Amino acid sequence: MIKTDVLIIGAGPVGLFTVQQLGLIGLKAEVVDNLDKIGGQCIELYPDKPIYDIPALPECTGESLTKNLLEQIKPFKTNFHLNERVQEISKEKNNWKIKTSKDKIFIAPNIIIAGGVGSFEPRKFLIKEAEKFENNGIYYSVKDKNYFKNKKVCIFGGGDSALDWAIELSKFAEVTLVHRRNEFRGAEHSSETAKKFEKEGKLKIKTPFQIISIEGEDKIKAITIKDEDGKTEKITTDCVLGFFGLIMKLGPIVEWGLNLEKKHIPVNTENFQTNKEGIFAIGDICTYPGKLKLILSGFHEGALAARGCFKLARPNEKYRFEFTTTSKSVHERLGVKKVD
Amino acid sequence: MPKITYIEHNGKTHIQEVPNGLSVMEGAVQNNIPGIDADCGGSCACATCHVYVDEKWFSKLPKKENAEEDMLDMAFEANKFSRLGCQITITENLDGLVVKMPSKQA
Repeated sequence: MIKTDVLIIGAGPVGLFTVQQLGLIGLKAEVVDNLDKIGGQCIELYPDKPIYDIPALPECTGESLTKNLLEQIKPFKTNFHLNERVQEISKEKNNWKIKTSKDKIFIAPNIIIAGGVGSFEPRKFLIKEAEKFENNGIYYSVKDKNYFKNKKVCIFGGGDSALDWAIELSKFAEVTLVHRRNEFRGAEHSSETAKKFEKEGKLKIKTPFQIISIEGEDKIKAITIKDEDGKTEKITTDCVLGFFGLIMKLGPIVEWGLNLEKKHIPVNTENFQTNKEGIFAIGDICTYPGKLKLILSGFHEGALAARGCFKLARPNEKYRFEFTTTSKSVHERLGVKKVD
Repeated sequence: MPKITYIEHNGKTHIQEVPNGLSVMEGAVQNNIPGIDADCGGSCACATCHVYVDEKWFSKLPKKENAEEDMLDMAFEANKFSRLGCQITITENLDGLVVKMPSKQA
């Protein structure tokens, strides 16, 4: 069990900056994120795309912004709990008890939801048989590549994951790579390697094809694929791997009794609290009149939510507004050396 | 103002006036037309504003950029008339455009 002042859900830019805002006023935060890395959408969706509207940074990228934010919160030695999703919350006296997908328990008076559009999950096959075979023939990630040894494997997708796994698994499995168009968007050398392997008979490539059905009772026997002109082909296979990237899902948040408006959480603009005391929502996930989905708006929302958290984390203290330029206690928290 | 026809997967049709400069995605989202999610808010980063453009109209649209083609890989039931609604900007020339929404965005 971990006790903290604030549990932040989401390690995107807004969650990170809020760690700093909390740290400046002496509050400790723990951060949980379902992704395996820090940075949220900035890292997952557009690490290399330039961003031009961060105040005082004429141009940066999702990756450099994340790096700088991590640098800025270094003094606060924050714990990140990655690859973990917050599943359940319940009220215990003046605290929230928070349970994650790894059964970790947090006790905190405040929760700040900075979850973007939800947690990232693999995009799945949409045909209905796919659900039946999920984790029993249909997979969206490779946990142990040896599992596929000497099996017939169909890999779907055109990005790096699909290409890399097709190349890797072709060393000891019978691989067919299927993609909806002739071009692969993964790294050029990977797509060249795959095409070279195809020529050498090490793997098969089927483009432009998409899956239309799966056959089998207890396990998969075959799949049928279709091209753009409606021509179909049947492939006998033991398993199917889908690499269609990640999608954002709101997930368990919908069950916490929060008001929701079209996948967004309404908040007041005084401290960004939701309809539940001690639960705040900031960044892309919150909504209020005039809301802009900008990173800079999220920073402002985090600053105000942090002050909102102070009240519940330090009920017997009075919050004092201080500037980072002059406040001694802020300097101590930042570990800044005094210059006389 | 250009009129855009949005057809839901179940056939329900919405004819919507959309001002020049907005995207096909924004035209739907701002008018509560179901079938377009637009999770990423229009930055060509999520493929949840996937639409099938009417065959007659498809060739009249400005060509797809690579980034859009890459994102369409993520839209599962994409076909040769697939586009992302956020990447189609409404102009007078698109008055009468017809788009269909897939059964699911994700």
